[in-house]
Amino acid sequence: MFTESLARTIFGRLTFESFPLHEPILLVTFIVVGLLGLGLVGVVTKYRLWGWLWREWFTSIDHKKIGIMYMILGIIMLLRGFSDAIMMRLQQAMAFGDNPGYLPPHHYDQVFSAHGTIMIFFVAIPLIVGLVNYIMPLQIGARDVAFPFLNNLSFWLTVAGALLVMISLFVGEFSRGGWLNYVPVTNLQNSPDTGPDYYLWALQIAGIGTTLSAINMVTTIIKMRAPGMTMMKMPIFCWTALCSNVLAIAIFPVLTGAFALLMLDRYVGTNFFTNDLGGNPMMYWNLVWIWGHPEVYVLVLPAFGIYSEITSTFTGKRLFGYSSMVYATVVITILSYLVWLHHFFTMGSGASVNSFFGIATMVISIPTGAKIFNWLFTMYRGRIRFELPMMWVIAFMITFVVGGMTGVLLAVPPADFVLHNSLFLVAHFHNVIIGGVVFALFAAMDYWFPKAFGFRLDPFWGKVTFWGWVVGYWVAWTPIYIVGLMGTTRRVNHFDDPSLQIYFVIAAIGAGIILIGILAFVIQIAVSILNREKLRDTTGDPWNGRTLEWSTSSPPPAYNFAFTPQVHDLDAWYDMKDRHAQRPTTGFKPIHMPRNTGAGVILSGLAMALGFAMIWYMWWLAIAAVAGLFVVAIVHTFNYNRDYFIPADEVAQSEDARTKLLAAGA
Amino acid sequence: MREVISTSPARRLLALLPLAALSACDRAVLNPAGDIALQQRDIIYISTALMLLIIVPVLALIVVFAWRYRDGNKDATYDPHFDHSTALELVIWSAPLLIIICLGALTWWSTHLLDPFRPINRISAEKAIDPKAKPLVIQVVSLDWKWLFIYPEQGVATVNELVLPIDRQVRFDLTSTNMMNTFYAPTLAGMIYTMPGMRSTMHAVLNKPGQYDGMSANYSGAGFSDMHFKLYGVAQGGFDNWVARVKASGPVLDTARFLELEKPTDKVPAMYFSGAEADLFDRIFKRCVKPGTPCGTGMHGMQGGGHGAMPEKGKPEGALMKQGEEKGRGESLTPPPGAQPSPAPHSHQER
Repeated sequence: MFTESLARTIFGRLTFESFPLHEPILLVTFIVVGLLGLGLVGVVTKYRLWGWLWREWFTSIDHKKIGIMYMILGIIMLLRGFSDAIMMRLQQAMAFGDNPGYLPPHHYDQVFSAHGTIMIFFVAIPLIVGLVNYIMPLQIGARDVAFPFLNNLSFWLTVAGALLVMISLFVGEFSRGGWLNYVPVTNLQNSPDTGPDYYLWALQIAGIGTTLSAINMVTTIIKMRAPGMTMMKMPIFCWTALCSNVLAIAIFPVLTGAFALLMLDRYVGTNFFTNDLGGNPMMYWNLVWIWGHPEVYVLVLPAFGIYSEITSTFTGKRLFGYSSMVYATVVITILSYLVWLHHFFTMGSGASVNSFFGIATMVISIPTGAKIFNWLFTMYRGRIRFELPMMWVIAFMITFVVGGMTGVLLAVPPADFVLHNSLFLVAHFHNVIIGGVVFALFAAMDYWFPKAFGFRLDPFWGKVTFWGWVVGYWVAWTPIYIVGLMGTTRRVNHFDDPSLQIYFVIAAIGAGIILIGILAFVIQIAVSILNREKLRDTTGDPWNGRTLEWSTSSPPPAYNFAFTPQVHDLDAWYDMKDRHAQRPTTGFKPIHMPRNTGAGVILSGLAMALGFAMIWYMWWLAIAAVAGLFVVAIVHTFNYNRDYFIPADEVAQSEDARTKLLAAGA
Repeated sequence: MREVISTSPARRLLALLPLAALSACDRAVLNPAGDIALQQRDIIYISTALMLLIIVPVLALIVVFAWRYRDGNKDATYDPHFDHSTALELVIWSAPLLIIICLGALTWWSTHLLDPFRPINRISAEKAIDPKAKPLVIQVVSLDWKWLFIYPEQGVATVNELVLPIDRQVRFDLTSTNMMNTFYAPTLAGMIYTMPGMRSTMHAVLNKPGQYDGMSANYSGAGFSDMHFKLYGVAQGGFDNWVARVKASGPVLDTARFLELEKPTDKVPAMYFSGAEADLFDRIFKRCVKPGTPCGTGMHGMQGGGHGAMPEKGKPEGALMKQGEEKGRGESLTPPPGAQPSPAPHSHQER
């Protein structure tokens, strides 16, 4: 009796039954992940890389390294999120009539919830934030972001959230409430398990990271542009990054607030979103979608920026209608706040409310359409080099206009009444997120990889990735559009109507083709690293680029630019090349840089411990973690050893090395 | 030749898309049996056609420009400084704007016309509605995880079986016991959420006799995937026979039986109840079925309704949407001399 209560005090509700040893799928996954993890730890230990990892990467506050770490996090989580997708596709292809499939509802519901949560919060957001982190300061001619330590902290908080989601796979269970953790399913009465708590704590911690990162990026863009770079001479990617991060600052607090209220419901017994005593589940839906719809634009606006940069570079032309592109971006930013209700037209708002939100949604398609035309007329009278990034742009344009069209269709309330919650809707948002955001991310990785690492990605495996994704997307999602039009709804575990099976089998084949694309991407990176000498770029400007990131070496030195560039025109680097501007080779000065710190890792580790403790009701650990958070944060404020100077001769050395490389290449 | 490869298979797939979609045409959403769903389908068709007006040229231009201005084509003009044209900008912004103006007008009109709270204005395209005929009222409750249908006028109730007389307007009053579901019979009309402590309304009509599928379309937990019901459309005579049959079979749905029924179950076969307590639906939505639970402890508890309950006078509608005489007058105004005292406000059936 005493040992039992002692165990409860120490471990909260964590018991041996919390480990899903009876579920073979999870057990095998756990063993595989465990072996891979052990292997990785073994390799790092064998080559004595821990110190190097800690000093050069984990504690780094260099925006370039943080950007790369964000990308690695996003790619790893993409593999996890995609395994969930494959599991769902298999289940839906199998489970017809008497065949219940291989995933019971209890497990299937966690899989679709985890898939959506991971793909948005731990794949799309880290990849977009990573790109902005890496590219934006280079494009505006800055040496780092405005708050370098905050940047490191933001990244590690995101990692802490991702780790909590991954832990839920093997310790306890994940939410079964859909990707937005909907009440009433996730009320304490309906889900007393750990699932919603994992969801809430993981996303609260990661969400704080995203909010801080957004504040950092906005400040950087506003305050740290190179002299001469007025707002209207700023690269379009920075404009989209600015709008995206302004949106994020405005919406993430709403999500944090909504989750905090649900936490209070679950932990304190308040009744914000319960069914009784004045609680109102509908309120939760409103709050999460006030975050949720703008979030789509947080992701897709930078994607639009990526397409703009690539189109301009590979057509060898200035972007057509730059200012109209900027206005379109700003208009989308503002309108995106006014449309959240279209996610639940069928909840019973009146016709006038529905019409307002429906029409507001459609209005967004005007600036978006203008953007498509702008890319189109950038191609017009261009000289288009169909390198991989540009191939992604063409695939995006064709795929995305279809997704845009189905989106506007869903914005017409009477049409939405029959298509809401259907697989047509699911096909629509995969259409725009894969066609819009994912294609952009692959385009961006092909485009900027040589900048980050000094060698190009292997084009053959890049093309396999491209065709895997593009063909796979259409094969996987066209049948889903069709069954949606037949009245088939989402999140269903198995079907009765055998005539539908063929569509789900085709969709599963499509997912298989996408899998080829993903594997080819991993192979592409491995092959490129092996062949890096052959793929090496010494110019720093492999694509004949137009913006400032191409003016420095690849990879850029820690200080990015030996001298802050002077900007005279949009497409500043193209303008410099045009006027045969000479790279300065003498007169270097010491450069003031921020110093690495481990505080971000420690704070995030404590935040994760707090989350884990709260999920499992280990109150002592929660109290200790909170105390730790305060102590570390306060101690860190007294750390005055935060900066250093790169001596002038070190700068001269690395710049001379680049001069030699350039001369050798020329 | 790389450029050709980079676009054409995507194009070919795209060309297949409408063809494959054709096979969907004979299914519920695109070939419905109810007039509301039929009008909703027509809205889908009209909006799609409107959008294709701009989507098709854009798709064509993407392919044409990508091909014509490829690097290898030395015949194409190369003008690296062509980055602005006021005339083009005007077209770029006004073309989508015009489409959206048309679509916006269609949206405003059709959203109001097909508002589920609004009684229908026709039985079908060929058949007008008798303005005096009262709609058949059916009370719909989503339980975990099955559907309860109460026919208050007929005094019967069923689980997972909904029978409608064809060509008669039906008014569904909907609520839920615990989870949020959507009541969805694709062939009949669009879906509507059922929510605990709230009541929603939907008007619809079924025009073709037959057997159809209905379901919950909003994920509501473990038993959700099997939360189906069968929808039968029958002639009035058949409906009366069916009511008589239900009345002759099964127990009465009283409080005790309801509390038993409310417990989570899945894959529930159709059930008949020869009667239901008269105020059962009201108590479900006010969350006081269990004896001893105070009614209306919700947000509007002081007024004694479930939270989010309908206001006394029914769903408020903006003055813009009303005809002149419907707008009524402020109560502080003196009525014109000799005028009849204004009729009592329309009171809701449940009250």
